[in-house]
Amino acid sequence: MSDSYEVPISIKMKRIGELIVQDKRLDGRGLLDYREIKVETGMIEKANGSALVSLGNTKILTGVKVETGTPFPDTPEEGVLTVNAELVPLASPSFEAGPPREESIELARVVDRGIRESKALDSKKLCIVPGKLVFIVFVDIYVLDHDGNLFDASALASMLALTTAKMREFEVKDGAIVYKDGFVPLPINNHAFEVTMAKIGDKLIVDPSLEEESAVDTQITIAVDDEGNICATQKSKIGVFKPTEIVEAVKIAQTKAAEIREKVLGGL
Amino acid sequence: MPLLIERRQLVLPGDILAEDDFNPGENTYREGGKIYASLTGLANIAGKNVYVVALKGFYMPIVGDLVIGKVIDLRLGGWLVDINSPYTAILPTSEAFDRSFNSRRDEMSNFLDVGDLVVVKVIAFDRTRDPQLTIRESGLGKVSKGHIVRVTPTKIPRVIGRKGSMINLLTRGTNTRITVGQNGLILVSGDRPEMEALAVRILQMIEREAHTLGLTDRVEELLKKGKGTES
Amino acid sequence: MSKTKSEKLINEKGLRVDGRKFDELRPIKIEVGTLERANGSAYIEWGKNKILAAVYGPREVHPRHLALPDRTLFRCRYHMAPFSTEERKNPAPSRREIELSKVIREAVEPSIFTELFPRTGIDVFIEVLESEGGTRCAGITATSLALADAGIPLKDLIVACAAGKVDGQIVLDLDEVEDQKGQADLPVAISLRTGEITLLQMDGIMSAEEYEKALNLAIEGCGRVHEMQREALKKKYAMEEEGAEKEGEDEVTSE
Repeated sequence: MSDSYEVPISIKMKRIGELIVQDKRLDGRGLLDYREIKVETGMIEKANGSALVSLGNTKILTGVKVETGTPFPDTPEEGVLTVNAELVPLASPSFEAGPPREESIELARVVDRGIRESKALDSKKLCIVPGKLVFIVFVDIYVLDHDGNLFDASALASMLALTTAKMREFEVKDGAIVYKDGFVPLPINNHAFEVTMAKIGDKLIVDPSLEEESAVDTQITIAVDDEGNICATQKSKIGVFKPTEIVEAVKIAQTKAAEIREKVLGGL
Repeated sequence: MPLLIERRQLVLPGDILAEDDFNPGENTYREGGKIYASLTGLANIAGKNVYVVALKGFYMPIVGDLVIGKVIDLRLGGWLVDINSPYTAILPTSEAFDRSFNSRRDEMSNFLDVGDLVVVKVIAFDRTRDPQLTIRESGLGKVSKGHIVRVTPTKIPRVIGRKGSMINLLTRGTNTRITVGQNGLILVSGDRPEMEALAVRILQMIEREAHTLGLTDRVEELLKKGKGTES
Repeated sequence: MSKTKSEKLINEKGLRVDGRKFDELRPIKIEVGTLERANGSAYIEWGKNKILAAVYGPREVHPRHLALPDRTLFRCRYHMAPFSTEERKNPAPSRREIELSKVIREAVEPSIFTELFPRTGIDVFIEVLESEGGTRCAGITATSLALADAGIPLKDLIVACAAGKVDGQIVLDLDEVEDQKGQADLPVAISLRTGEITLLQMDGIMSAEEYEKALNLAIEGCGRVHEMQREALKKKYAMEEEGAEKEGEDEVTSE
């Protein structure tokens, strides 16, 4: 069907519901299984860091650019992290060109929260001249192909782009920045990985595909850091969760985040 | 009178196919006395017709085609149906109800509502107006269960096979009912989910390997294996 | 682009900054069908340029009042990712992106049989993921492939390439440094089957003889890139050409 209409097909919803009762999903995955994750880093030379993540058919490219600028007045000795997401029209028939819509703003802010609250990026080390000059780290999320679960793929691509980014070595002389010859990584202290779960019936499924997303009415995204702490949460859509379901979701998120960490950081 | 291609040669848009006496068939065009391909596909010839079998394409409605569609809106006078085509189709209420009908919104949505899947037939289409459908003939109607497989519409003839040979092989071998929409949507429904799933996998394989050798044999293999795993 | 004074961009051996001879193209890699959601897509790496082109359509036009009664509405959007340039670029469309969207649309539209799909729309989206001079030529080259990949009937593939003047010499395929510091840049898009030029721009300064020389060199470059377009398209559909299955033969219908 032409997908510009996101009306879920009635028989598909029935089928999803029937399968869930047997702990099965449309594509044969287990309830807690991620689709295949493929990762590539460093392909955009003009960017300080970049990562291309495929999660099933969802493809996200994140680029990191490091520039200099003035700090925020309330944090004069800290660098600035800013996360932006573009749902560019080529990624899906339902994305239109134009100013950011609520979906892209929510995506950017949720990814930002995970990175910021886990203090993955040590912004104190990004200060050049306190109160005057700091590094601004731009994280730009570019959705290239939308097949569901933009949150997890974007968070992963952003985290990997930051961990593999290189900036020019510098020192401060007489209140001005002087660049040296080499490159150094960004100051990374921690990692946050996000796990999105959707509720169908009374079961939780991890990594909903686009088809599944159109049939669920509630989902939750939880960010977990290296220590297993929860550093961000976002419930989205109009359905509801019971408190016990949230507790279960947290446990699932911790397990799955650890698996992803093992898989992607082990290789770097 | 030169023919400039070999049978079933892969051609690209703008490739010259023939000159002079030949006729431009499907997916070709004539310019300056020569015939060129307008799509990527396999060039072929039937009599004086030079044509190209498209390897990937979208569905343009043809009157008489059976198609599977999704209801996307209710309007005064009919339903808007997405038939996987550049053109959205209309199912007028006059083609859904036998009696003369006073289309009030409630009655319409009792019959067909947004999100419903339907098997319908194209009864009118020219490019100046949207395609018109009917749901009244036998074999047409609302779909209540089953699995939808999407294939590129240009491969539907391969799915059906010569005189229905491929589709019959599949339905007999999996004990399922398969409704093939000319618009690239195929409905599979059976009593046993494993057989339904097998039919779906085989349809997907047929799409991938439509123009290769030995496809029928491979389908038969899979059917044998599938039956074998039945307990 | 500074045209008054050029630094040494071509050395004594006649080699350019990146070691190329005057008529050498940068390395080019093309892939067709990269994306799943789009109806057609192509990805091109041309030097350090990395560009993705995607096509949706023919499909319903939104908003509907823009639809044309006698042909398809063809729209094109050229856009650069914030991390694609040396300095981070604001995601909002710049004047340059808007101009390029227009000339790219005008370069490609003549190749489409637009009258076959009245009241529908075809949308092309070009995203520059990394840029290094010559993005419009790479974008046009990828767009034409994306249209072919979508199964949209075309008269021909459109291909584009630029030539220009650097250090007084006419050279093919200017890279970023040559674009910024050279004397002239002339991008050309062409349908090689008919020899019809669908895009032609120039900035810089050249004599009429130099202009003609650059034009011919660019067209020659287009020829070479076109071969790569064909290879990429064929590669995607290679296995479909295998032999004739007896059953399949009869299925192949004609008008």
